[in-house]
Order: sequence, then structure tokens, then C-alpha cells
Amino acid sequence: MTKKAKFGKRLLQKDGKWGQRLTRLAIYLLLLDFGFVYIYPVLYMVLVSLMPTSDLINPTIQWIPTYLDFENFKQVYTALEYGPTFTNTVIIAGTASLLQTLSCALAGYGLAKFRVPLKKLWVGMLILVFVVPTSLTLVPQYVLFNDYKLLGSPLSIWLPAAFGQGVKSSLFVLIFMQGFSYPKAYDEAAQIDGAGSIRRFFQIALPMVVPTIILSLLLSFVWYWNETARASMYLDGQIMTLPLQLDKFNSLFGNAYPASAGSSLNRLNERIQMAATLLTVGPLMVLYLIMQKKFVEGVEASGITGE
Amino acid sequence: MKKRTKETTLRTQNALTGLAFLTPWIIGLAVFTLYPIGYSMMMSVSNLEFKISGGIQATFAGMDMYRKIFTEDANFIPALLNTLKFIAFSTPMILVSSVILAMLLNKVPKGRGFFRALFFFPVVVISGPVMSKLIGNDATMLIQAGDYGVYQVIKSLPEIISTPLLYVFDNVVLILWYSGVQILIILAGLQKINKPIYEAASIDGASGWQIFWKITFPHLRPMILLCGIYTVVDLAAMPSTALAKLVSDNVERTDMMYSYSAALSWLYTLVVLIMLGVVFLLLKERKEKQDD
Repeated sequence: MTKKAKFGKRLLQKDGKWGQRLTRLAIYLLLLDFGFVYIYPVLYMVLVSLMPTSDLINPTIQWIPTYLDFENFKQVYTALEYGPTFTNTVIIAGTASLLQTLSCALAGYGLAKFRVPLKKLWVGMLILVFVVPTSLTLVPQYVLFNDYKLLGSPLSIWLPAAFGQGVKSSLFVLIFMQGFSYPKAYDEAAQIDGAGSIRRFFQIALPMVVPTIILSLLLSFVWYWNETARASMYLDGQIMTLPLQLDKFNSLFGNAYPASAGSSLNRLNERIQMAATLLTVGPLMVLYLIMQKKFVEGVEASGITGE
Repeated sequence: MKKRTKETTLRTQNALTGLAFLTPWIIGLAVFTLYPIGYSMMMSVSNLEFKISGGIQATFAGMDMYRKIFTEDANFIPALLNTLKFIAFSTPMILVSSVILAMLLNKVPKGRGFFRALFFFPVVVISGPVMSKLIGNDATMLIQAGDYGVYQVIKSLPEIISTPLLYVFDNVVLILWYSGVQILIILAGLQKINKPIYEAASIDGASGWQIFWKITFPHLRPMILLCGIYTVVDLAAMPSTALAKLVSDNVERTDMMYSYSAALSWLYTLVVLIMLGVVFLLLKERKEKQDD
């Protein structure tokens, strides 16, 4: 009887619309709290970068600038050599992303659709490549590129990507493997119709995994954009990407606007630092705003979430 | 008989085509990963001399570099402990917050897309220099230490309790920003659990706490393991960890060019592998228990 009573009570509670609404409200409030923590650094960056210097020292101003000051963006633009640096970054990351996606798709297709000898070994190697810290291969690769006179050339970034050993390549091979595990019947039908394996790859396999391709292109692009360990060593200072410039921003700014020149505008402060940071991640933020659905859906469709 | 040979040729053909697709990757594996790994092993046990002609002369030095690291390098032990502490604290915090956030997201009917997008956003912008600029300019100091009474109360607790709590306070943004991918993985895992199981459990009078530990957690275990591995690898790849910094600071040492940093990076690799082993042992599926 007590059990029955409990059951009844529980049912009542469940149907109690107000209780449910309150729980839901509480969950939304919690989520908003967490969301605020997520967005806080970005808000801070944007607002501080727009503040005139006087607001920074004014203790009564916490969030809202008295007026918007874009002067520092001009200074930062010059100090970062933004135009050419931006172009470099897009070319380096864009090409690497294309190459990485293609090489990982090829490898994923080979592993998913054929009885490749030593398959277990290759999958084990994929995992090994994924978990080995970059620091271990950084210097030997540097020596290798030095031997072949590739230091300072974008090829030092592109070649590993083209051979499936780029930034988090293994992850993409695994995602593609997952994506290509559609039923065999498609391939067999095409094979009977006389389609060779290359044609099957391009005309049947790739169209089936479009969300995965987009995800791989987007994630590779942003991860290459943000990559600095390899870029700083292999590009040897001859090609600068935005994060590399940001890394040595203090000295860049000092060179462009020597403090000795007097004007207080030339003082390196938070708002200038934040403006530089904003200009570095700004393009990625815009890309994410536009493509946000593709990123998130891609991750879900990719099957990383599966097995 | 004839049929069999035809089958074997087909099979060989299949294997060869597969290998052809895999070839670029295998070449890459050999040239850009295995060869460098072997080379760095060689460097870590050698003295390297750079000849004027351009070549490198290596003489075997045994475990010299490793001995020097442990006995002579005053920076190594602090860097090691710092990195261990960083990964050992952050990984569980990231996993716990990912599970909590994914469960909250799973409960709401509307706005899931918005929050998912928000939580994934940091994955797109995180990079070494950006993080160090944000941290250096107080953009991640959401809670000003000392502003809150709670902070002082926690500080007065015994160290075992207070250290992790203070760590959460100080690094709340970092923890959440590194949870983007993990939240999505766990959320997808949650959505795969059958609703009827929950209903049956709650009819049987199970509390929310029991339901989590008896149903949700066992179902999520493989996803959490995956996230644990991803998190450790992700954190270890940060160029800003104390050990990674030590490795790169020592690359250009004139007295022990490359060798010293190669030995350091091997130790770093060892640390990461041990951490991964711990994550694996803690989170792998427990078969005996499932039989109950």
C-alpha cells in the first residue's frame, strides 16, 4: 500500500505543472549562469578594447565605456601588420585544412571499406599518433625540414597535413572511418556497374559524408589558425600568422609606437592588448557565427559520439 | 579450384586497393612520426656535435641526459610537479563539468541549440597566445579572489579540501573553455539512453541520485573514458604547460644541443602516457560488476 501511495504521489508530482516549470526555470537559470562564465572573457575583451584609456583608470566604470574609442584598433592594425598577416594565416590554415581533410578521408576510406592487412596495427598507430605530445616530434621534424631546406616555407606545415600527420589528424581519420561505414551494398552496386575504386570514392563515398567533410574542413582550419608550436619553429619567423604576431605583440607594439615618443596614446595597456587579441580571434568568431550549426551538427553526425 | 583462385585474387585485389588508399598516410606515419620518434630517442641518448661541413656527429652517451635532468636541473622537478598537478586537477574537473552541463542541456526542451553552440565556441578560439593574453589581462578572472566571503572560508579549510576548491575558483573559465567537445560527446551519449529505463526506475522508487549512479553513469562510461583521453591529450598539447615550456626553452642549448630537450620530451611523453593509463584504468568498463 505504501508503495502504491508513493507511486501516486510521484505521479501527482510529475503532473504538478508548477513544480515542473520551476525545475525547468532553475535549469535555465543554471545554464545561463554557466553561459555567462563562457562568454565573460569575450565580453571583457570586446568592451575593454573599446574603452578610452580614461575609462580604464576610472574606478566607477566597470563594464560600459563612456564612449567608444576605435583609435587603438588602428594602432594594433599597424603593429600586427594586419593585412599581410591575415592573408598569410588564411592561406596557411586554408591549404592545410584542405590537404588534411583529403588525406584523412583517403586513409579513413581505405580502413573502413577494404580488408587492409594489419588493420589493427594501423588503428593502433592512429591512436599512438594522437596521444604522443607534439614536443616529442617537434625537434626531429625541425631537423628534417632543415635538411631539406624547408624551414620558413609553408610546405613544412602543409606536407605533414597532406600525409595525415597534421594537427589532430588521427581524430579526422577516425571520424572518416566512422562516416564511411555505410552498407556495402552501395559499393557493390557501383562495382557491378563498372565503377573503379577511385570513382567510387569520389562519386559515392564522399557525397555520403558531406557533414563530416565540412566538419573536418572547419575544425582543421581553426586548429591550424590557432596552432603555434609548429608554426613558430618551422616557419622560422619568415612567415607570421596572427597568433604568432600576437605572441610577440608587446615588442611589435613597442617598435611601432615607441613609448619615448611621448604621447600617452603609445602606452601599451589592457585595451590595446585586448584589441590585438580581438583582431586575432575576430575572424574565427565571425566564421563560427556563420557556420555554428555545421560545427555542432558535424560533431554529432561524425560518430565521435558513437562508439 | 578455379573458383577459389579467383576468390583469392579478388581478396588480394581488395587488400591492395585498400592499401593504396592508405599509402599516403602510411608514408606520412613513417616520415613525419615514426622516424622523428626514433630520431628523438637516438638524440636523447647521444652527444651531438655539429660539424662545420653541416653534418651531425652523434656519440653514444647512454642515460647521461636523463641523469642530468634528474640531478642537475633545478627547473625539472617543479615543472614536472606543476604539469602533473595541472593535468591531474583539470581533467576530473573538466569531466565533471561536462557531465553536469550535458545533463542540464538534456533536460531543457528549448534553447538547446543555442547553449550547445555557446559551449562549443571556445574550441574555435583557443590558442596559446590568445589564452595567455586573456589570462594576463584578467579577462578570465571572473571571481576576484578575496571579494567573496566564501573564498576566505574555503581557504581556511584543511589543505586537502581547499586546494581543489580554490583551483576551481581560480580556473573556472579555463575548465569550462576546455569542455566544449566533451559536452557534445556526453550529450549525444545521454540522448541514446532509452527513456523507458528511467521511467521504470522511478516507478520502482529510485531517487535521482540512485538513477544517476545505476543507470546514467554506467551508460556514459565509455563516452567519459573517451572524453578523459581527449582531455589529457588536449591539455598536454598546450604549449604553455610548464614541461612543454621547459622542452622548448632547452632546444637551443649550446652545450647539449637537441639532446637535452629530446630527453625532456621523452619524459614528458612518459608522463602523458602514465596519465592516460590512469584515466583508462579508472574509467574502463567493469565487466564483473555489470553481471550483477
